Amino acid sequence: MQFGVFSVSDITRDPVSGETPSEAERIDAVVRIAQKTEEVGLDVFAIGEHHNPPFFSSSPTTLLSFIAATTKRLIVTTATTLITTNDPVRIAEEYAVLQHLAKGRVDLMLGRGNTAPVYPWFGQDIRQGLPLALENYNLLHRLWREDVVDWEGRFRTPLQGFTSIPRPLDDVPPFVWHGSIRTPEIAEQAAYYGDGFFANHIFWPKEHFMRLIGFYRQRFAHYGHGTEKQAIVGLGGQAYIARRSQDAIREFRPYFDEAPVYGHGPALEDFMRMTPLSVGSPQEVIDKTLTFREHFGDYQRQLFLIDHAGLPLKTVLNQLDLLGEEVVPTLRKELAARRDPEVPDAPTHASLVKAKYGDRPPRRPRPLANRGDNVTGSAPYQDSDPAVRVVYPSA
Amino acid sequence: MTTTDRQAYTLVVVTAGTGDPSSTRMLADRIAQRVAGLASRRGHEVATQVIDLRALATEITTAMVSRLVGPNLRQAVDALAEADGIVAATPVYKAGASGLFTSFFQVLDDDLLIAKPVVLAATAGSARHSLVVDEQMRSLFAYLRTAVVPTSVFAAPEDWGDPALNTRVDRAALELLLLVESGFARQVRDESWNGYRHEFGSAGGTEVSIDLDSDLMRLAAGGSAARE
Repeated sequence: MQFGVFSVSDITRDPVSGETPSEAERIDAVVRIAQKTEEVGLDVFAIGEHHNPPFFSSSPTTLLSFIAATTKRLIVTTATTLITTNDPVRIAEEYAVLQHLAKGRVDLMLGRGNTAPVYPWFGQDIRQGLPLALENYNLLHRLWREDVVDWEGRFRTPLQGFTSIPRPLDDVPPFVWHGSIRTPEIAEQAAYYGDGFFANHIFWPKEHFMRLIGFYRQRFAHYGHGTEKQAIVGLGGQAYIARRSQDAIREFRPYFDEAPVYGHGPALEDFMRMTPLSVGSPQEVIDKTLTFREHFGDYQRQLFLIDHAGLPLKTVLNQLDLLGEEVVPTLRKELAARRDPEVPDAPTHASLVKAKYGDRPPRRPRPLANRGDNVTGSAPYQDSDPAVRVVYPSA
Repeated sequence: MTTTDRQAYTLVVVTAGTGDPSSTRMLADRIAQRVAGLASRRGHEVATQVIDLRALATEITTAMVSRLVGPNLRQAVDALAEADGIVAATPVYKAGASGLFTSFFQVLDDDLLIAKPVVLAATAGSARHSLVVDEQMRSLFAYLRTAVVPTSVFAAPEDWGDPALNTRVDRAALELLLLVESGFARQVRDESWNGYRHEFGSAGGTEVSIDLDSDLMRLAAGGSAARE
């Protein structure tokens, strides 16, 4: 079971101090949060992607490669990478480089993004968001698995004899999670490819998430990737912890009341009752998090949102101490005790390499020398299969 | 005219009146009582449930700004999902339906009320607002694909003493009852539910079927995107 934190990279005024951090301060703070995530014994750090103020994370691979360079064990990932407005070719390239630099400590989560103006900024149309996401991922999946790709689709210019470089580390693509809160097609695509499914299960009645995750599990089994129990599920959550329950509520309330999205809306107590938000003592956060497993089955990844709504760095680091010292060790123990032995861990680079190669050395392709046709060649690497021929367009 | 077999119907009154007593609530109740009375004469039973939007005001705004549906709003949605007929009544403020009223219908799923028979009613301080019902409220209910009865009921202060208001209430009530009796909504839903657009979890949470036989599902499973 993996535990981690995810940040949306919002730069929000601290409603208690009245201060808004600069972009420079917030970027440094997020790096510190990620490093601390490893220091306190958590497994995963995830960053969102945005292209407008008040966020900073327009270039997640740059941020994550810096974090990976300054950590040893942490898996760096996204929440989410926009599979709609990013060219899937660029995603294939950028995350492959990140994966090499991080020595495989990388996966990514794909999402559509719900900020309408972002689509036209990148030449896309939000009304086509879903088919765009599905088609783009079909292409991304191939780019990471086939050395030479011929492809033609509806949304992107065709590719003939295209090789996405570098090939994934050890020729094993980063594991992919598909994030969705209400789209069965995304669950179907995750299931079809045997990828992970991440539900940031805030707002909705949990029954809907239970159905959607149930559907993903059922289709995962249908496509022959394992049993329903073996499907790879991740869940979101929000927490604010203090040693005493009443301190947690008192400290968090001003941030909750002013928070983006739900601030000035529901009362904190209602929101705690109706969503996965836990505000309280370590034991209360543990108890609430344990209910997720009862609703959704054994799952592989739990991410907490702890740094939004203007919470200052010092407070967030303190939250990480509490998560790492008091909450997560107990959750690990309790969840391990309850876990069905048939349920696998979330795939990591090491486990995927092992599954693909066993004890054999992994493939690390070496390019052929430039021979004039490398741009659209059908045999880019020394070990390329000469039988694979590129299909050029015909009139 | 022959009546159908003895039936039990559920009528839901939605009122955005804020006074106590509220003239909007009084108008809605008159219509509801008239529907129940007519139904009873025709051998049917009507159970009426009132959704007083005043009590849901904070949950409605919360749903609008954060998509979080509170427990009372959830109950209102469930009641509307079960309703055979609806009376929707609002005061007119500043030449338009109350914001509370329109906000409530704007946070509902697009497919919650498909084909349901509705009487629209409004009260105002002046007859100059009388077209608000037909020119503004009807378009909202057209968007929701409801079956709004031909007669709308509008009451300015002078109408409360005018027998013509009763006539309009009677007309609207009969129109609603006939639509309810006809089983129009049920038949539309039974026979062409899939012809309307739905999202997973819409129709107040009841639309949870997943159609695997669609272009998008084929694309999700590695197929190619249909060209439009």
